[in-house]
Amino acid sequence: MNMMSEAAVEKALDKKMNDVSFKMIGKDVSVYYGAKRALFDVNLNVRQNTVTALIGPSGCGKSTFLRCLNRMNDTIDSCRVTGKITLDDGDIYDPSIDVVELRARVGMVFQKPNPFPKSIYENVAYGPRIHGLARNKAEMDQIVETSLQRAGLWNEAKDRLQEPGTGLSGGQQQRLCIARAVAVSPEVILMDEPCSALDPIATAKVEELIHELRANFTIVIVTHSMQQAARVSQRTAMFHLGNLVEENDTDKMFTNPDDQRTQDYIMGRFG
Amino acid sequence: MTDISSSVSSGIAGAPRAYRDIGIKRRYAAERRFRIYGISAILIGLFFLFTLLWTVFSNGYTAFVQTTITLPIEFSEQTIDPDAERTTDPSVLLSANYPVLVRNAMIKILNIDPANRALVKRATDMISPSARIQLRDVVMADPSVIGKTVNVALLAEANVDSANKGQVDLTVDEARRKINNQQLTWMDQLRESGVMTKEFNSGLFTSGASSRPEASGVGVAALGSLYMMLIVVVLSLPIGVAASIYLEEFAPKNRFTDLIEVNINNLAAVPSIVFGLLGLAIFINFAGMPRSAALVGGLVLTLMTLPTIIIATRAALKAVPPSIRAAALGLGASKMQTIFHHVLPLAAPGILTGTIIGVAQALGETAPLILIGMVAFVVDYPGSPMEPSTALPVQIYMWANEAERAFVERTSGAIIILLAFLIVMNLGAILLRRRFERRW
Repeated sequence: MNMMSEAAVEKALDKKMNDVSFKMIGKDVSVYYGAKRALFDVNLNVRQNTVTALIGPSGCGKSTFLRCLNRMNDTIDSCRVTGKITLDDGDIYDPSIDVVELRARVGMVFQKPNPFPKSIYENVAYGPRIHGLARNKAEMDQIVETSLQRAGLWNEAKDRLQEPGTGLSGGQQQRLCIARAVAVSPEVILMDEPCSALDPIATAKVEELIHELRANFTIVIVTHSMQQAARVSQRTAMFHLGNLVEENDTDKMFTNPDDQRTQDYIMGRFG
Repeated sequence: MTDISSSVSSGIAGAPRAYRDIGIKRRYAAERRFRIYGISAILIGLFFLFTLLWTVFSNGYTAFVQTTITLPIEFSEQTIDPDAERTTDPSVLLSANYPVLVRNAMIKILNIDPANRALVKRATDMISPSARIQLRDVVMADPSVIGKTVNVALLAEANVDSANKGQVDLTVDEARRKINNQQLTWMDQLRESGVMTKEFNSGLFTSGASSRPEASGVGVAALGSLYMMLIVVVLSLPIGVAASIYLEEFAPKNRFTDLIEVNINNLAAVPSIVFGLLGLAIFINFAGMPRSAALVGGLVLTLMTLPTIIIATRAALKAVPPSIRAAALGLGASKMQTIFHHVLPLAAPGILTGTIIGVAQALGETAPLILIGMVAFVVDYPGSPMEPSTALPVQIYMWANEAERAFVERTSGAIIILLAFLIVMNLGAILLRRRFERRW
C-alpha cells in the first residue's frame, strides 16, 4: 500500500470508480415498521471502493437504509423489508443467504463506540475467532496487529493490548470498533454516524481513516455533518421523508445539485 | 431592539422589582418534610431490627456454652460385662447398665451415703440422661477402657445448666423450683473443685434431635438444609437461567408468552405453603417419593425459587446494553454466540445475586416443609437426600414449641446460626457482584 505514491493511489481509485462497478445494488427497497412505512422504493447503488455518504434530516430513513444492507433490521421484530438488495449479484434477502455470513462480508460501525467490555486484543480478535479466520495464535496476533494498524490505533494500543477496550478515550474506542470491523476482512463497511459522539480532533482522525480504508473496502457512511460528507465521500445520497431525493458525485452534490430540496438542505434552509 | 434593551436596563437598574413569590420557602419546606419522613421511616425500621436482634442474641448467646461435669468414671467390668461375654457377643456393650457408672461416680465425688436413695437420685439427676449414650460411645470406641477409671466430660442436666448460667430464679420457693437447694450446694461444690465447667457447646452444631435439650443440636437439621440447598441450586439455576434466556431472547412476543410472563410473576407471589401442598400432591402422593425426605423438600423449594431466579435473570439480561448485542451481531456472531459470549457474562452478576437471594429465601422457608412431613424428630444424620431429615427453620419451629428454659435458649441459638448462614450467603452475593461487575 505504501509502495505507491498517494497520487498514484488516488488515480488508480478514480479509475476504478470510473469503471462503475457496483458492489451493492438496492432496487425498490421499502421498509415498514409495523404499519408505518419508513422507506419508499429506494433505488440506490453502492460503488466498489468508494465512500458513499447518506445525508438528510433526522428520520429521513438513511440509517434504516444502511441497516438494510447488512440486515441489522432483522433484529427488530416489527420491521419488514421489501424490494431487492444484492451484494455482488447475490440477493441478500434470499432465504438461502445466511445472515451470519452476510454480516461477515458487510461489517458495521455504530454511532456510539461500543467496544466489548474485554481487552483491546479480545475486541479485535473476537470476529476472526468466531469465523475461524486464524489457525493459530501467531496468525491471530498478526490479524490483530494489521487491523489495529489499519484503524490507526496500533501505536497507541500496542503496549496495552490486554487492557480493557472500555478504558480508551471515545475517539480511540471508535477506532477500536473500526479495527474490530476490519479484522473480519469484510467487503463493505457500514458506518452509522461514526463521529457524532466524538470531538473534532477524534473526528478528524476517523475521517482520515475512512479515506485510507477506501483502498480496501467499500464504505457507506451515514452522517449529519454536511462538511463530513463533503470531506470523506465520493458519492452522496440525499434522503428526505423516506425517499431518495438525489444521488450524485459529492462534488456535484455540494456545488450544483439537481434537486432543489438538496440545494435547500445543503444551504441549511431546512433540516 | 432599543425597546428591549431599555426595558431590560430599567428592570435591572431601575426601581427594585416587586417581590415575586415563586414559592421558594414552600418548596424547601416540602423537601425538609420529605427528608424527615424518610429518616423516621429508617429509624423505625432500625428500631425493630435492633429489637429483633437484641431479643434473639440476648436469649441465644448462652446456647453456645454448655455446662459439663467431668467425672472420673470407673468402667467396672462387673457392671458393664459381668459374664465376660463381650468378645463373643459385642451387643452386651450396647445394653450395659451405664447409668450405674454415673451414679457411682456422683456418689464418690459428692461423698453421699449410697444407702440414702433420695439423695443419690438427686445427685444423679444433675447429670443428663444422655450420659448413658456418651459412656456407651466411649466404651464402644475403645473397649480397653473397661476396668480402668477415666475422666469423662458429661453433659449437665438442662436445669443444672440453666441454673449454672443464672437463668433460674432462686427467689422462687424451693418446692416450685426445678432445682433444689441441695443440688445448688452441690453445684457450688463441684464448681469450686473444677469438676463443673462451662465449655463451648459443640453439641449444638453436631447433635440431632433429642428430648433432652442439653443433648439436642442443629447438626442433623443443618445437613438436611444443606442437601436441600444443593438440590435447589443444581436444579433451579440451570432451569431458571435457560427459561429466562429463552423467554427474553428467543421467544416470540405474543399472547402466549405474555401469559407465561404474567404467570411467572404471579408464581413469585404465591404463598409458600401452597407450594408445599403441590409437592405433597405431586412428589409424594403421585410420584411416590418418600415422606420427609430432603429430596422432596429440595424439589418443592426449587419450584418456589424458580420464579425469583427467572425474574432476576430476565431483569439482568434486559439490563445489558443493546449496543453490545448490536456490536456482536454486526460482526457476524450468531444469536447464540451473541448471548453466550457477551450478554450472559455481563448479566452474570445479576443472575448470581438473584440466585443467592432465591436460595437464601428457600433456606429460611418452613411452611412447605411442614406439609411434606419434614417436621420430624430426626436423631441420626441422613445418609442421602432420600432418607428422613429435617431442616434448620423446622428445627427452630419444633424447639419453639418446647417449654424448657434450655430449649428457649437453643431456639434463639439456632436462629443465630440460621441468620449467620443467611448473612454469609448474602455477603457471598455482594462479593460475587463486586467481583464480576463490569463497566461499559
